[in-house]
Amino acid sequence: MNEVVQVSSVTKVYTMGDQRVEALKGISFSVQRGEFVAIMGASGSGKSTCMNMLGCLDVPSSGAYLLEGVSVGRLSKNELAEIRNRKLGFVFQGFNLLARTTARENVELPLVYARIPAAVRHQKASAALARVGLAGREDHYSNQLSGGQQQRVAIARALVNEPAIILADEPTGNLDSKTTVEIMTIFQQLNRQGITIIMVTHEPDVAAFTSRHLIFRDGQIIGDTVNANPTQAGEETRS
Amino acid sequence: MTTLWQSLLIAIRSLRVNKMRALLTMLGIIIGIAAVIAMVAIGSGASKMIADQISSIGSNLLLVIPGSTTSGGLRTGSGGAPTLTYDDAKAIKAECPSVADVAPTVRGSAQVVFGNQNWSTIVMGVTPEMLTVRDWPLVAGRNISQSDVDGATKNCLIGQTVAESLFGDADPIGQIIRIKKVPFIIIGLLDHKGQSPQGQDQDDVIYIPLRTAQRKLFGSQFPNTVGAMMIQAKGADVLKKAEEEVISLLNQRHRVGPTREADFTVRNLSEILAVSEQSSKVMSLLLGAVASISLIVGGIGIMNIMLVSVTERTREIGIRMAIGAKQRDILLQFLTEAVLLTTCGGVIGMGLGVIGALAVSKFLQWPALISSQAIIIAFVFSAGVGIFFGFYPARKAAGLNPIEALRYE
Repeated sequence: MNEVVQVSSVTKVYTMGDQRVEALKGISFSVQRGEFVAIMGASGSGKSTCMNMLGCLDVPSSGAYLLEGVSVGRLSKNELAEIRNRKLGFVFQGFNLLARTTARENVELPLVYARIPAAVRHQKASAALARVGLAGREDHYSNQLSGGQQQRVAIARALVNEPAIILADEPTGNLDSKTTVEIMTIFQQLNRQGITIIMVTHEPDVAAFTSRHLIFRDGQIIGDTVNANPTQAGEETRS
Repeated sequence: MTTLWQSLLIAIRSLRVNKMRALLTMLGIIIGIAAVIAMVAIGSGASKMIADQISSIGSNLLLVIPGSTTSGGLRTGSGGAPTLTYDDAKAIKAECPSVADVAPTVRGSAQVVFGNQNWSTIVMGVTPEMLTVRDWPLVAGRNISQSDVDGATKNCLIGQTVAESLFGDADPIGQIIRIKKVPFIIIGLLDHKGQSPQGQDQDDVIYIPLRTAQRKLFGSQFPNTVGAMMIQAKGADVLKKAEEEVISLLNQRHRVGPTREADFTVRNLSEILAVSEQSSKVMSLLLGAVASISLIVGGIGIMNIMLVSVTERTREIGIRMAIGAKQRDILLQFLTEAVLLTTCGGVIGMGLGVIGALAVSKFLQWPALISSQAIIIAFVFSAGVGIFFGFYPARKAAGLNPIEALRYE
């Protein structure tokens, strides 16, 4: 079974007061293991709603979402929390690290909630930080790190529980272009190591690093294209 | 257990980050617990003082005092009539089965002289039973004997205050003092007894044999009469019975009937004093209740700050939820924080309360009784306040929607 994500005719309807907003109007797609997908679209196109759904922070109003073959729609809040903990890793635009907390403690957090013993946590967190090039910075507090470094800690945190997918919501939105390349390089490396990544972005430059583009507009998918020739980090810096 | 430990670590860190706020929040609990501990200590100290005074009088006591008399149309107060006699006392001892001992007394005040010192004090004519009934040991010498009473000897026992006033630190035993110019030999020194429940100095007293007092010191027109009689029952359970026996015997001996009013009064001393002990207990309970109000106010302070903290950390809660914290984890985290706040406050408050109680007892000469029971209750109560007032904010945190929490600025 190579389909990590299977979304079929999913809708999401919000009611705000007496107004009924249809954020997703029946979308269907699937993601294979090892893909690097960019979800693109203007704000209000439904891409964030889709991302929340993929991240099990929200459930569809109708339709089915299978994550590794498990239907998410009928799960309780606690079961959703457990799926987020074990199968998903989040990277946010605003980094969302805990303040006044060291890099290692931030990375350990998902393992704490997975009830993993401290010694194992320690070792796994160090390994994850090494994978994003932050070996030796384990004991730095988040406010002592640059934006790019903070985002790398966040990626390490997303990695540490060996999730089925990493979900990144505008991960480079708060970063300058040089750091953006740095972060995208890390994503590409991780993807090459076999990790499935789904990323929301509205910048074509960033999306160019990925191998598949899903384009959203008005709650529908209007494009699903393969990027046969993704930008490689080396080329970007050379040009 | 891991999660509880984790919650504790998280709570400690978040309190360390906001030290000043944590301290201010705790202050309510600190003051509350300190007030409860100090008030209860002071209240129960007062109860103990009263209980000690009660037992200093002697236990299971009845007091028989003579009734009033009428002379020339003027009625004297109770105790004015010379109606009780030494024979009454002997008869009570012999005929009332529930009575253990009877101590008849004759009382007067007199100027006492030793060398160039003099002192005005209370002189009581007593029988050997007096010291048993009052549960009053001697520190030196011997008690007045029955032969002292029968022979009306001029021997006497003196209280601590009298000894200090006349002899200072010198040994009074065997010394001769003059009571109303009559020389007496001191044969015994009474132990320290302290204040009576009415605040009188019980040590300011001289005991002489009953007959000596009746015949040689306070000579009266009724030579065989006695003033008050102290009667000790054989136990607390037969105190009431002893009272009835004494009343019926005296009624019979004094021919009290439909045409003749009783010329004596029997009072149950223990009962009177038990009432005052009761009222002091009510007092300490009241003090405790007032102090607990401040504890509740402190708890509301905790709730307030916890609510602020939840709002402030909405984003943190969102992050934790996104990476897999369950509602229970978040609930536990905030509850632990509240309980940690209150128990820390509780421990500090306990220390301050104990110090406060000791200070009050030292500077105001007021006894304070710090019971371990009160401390344990205060600790459990402070943790309880944390759980009670922390629960609502914690549940609010746990109930947040992760998407909205993550978007919260």
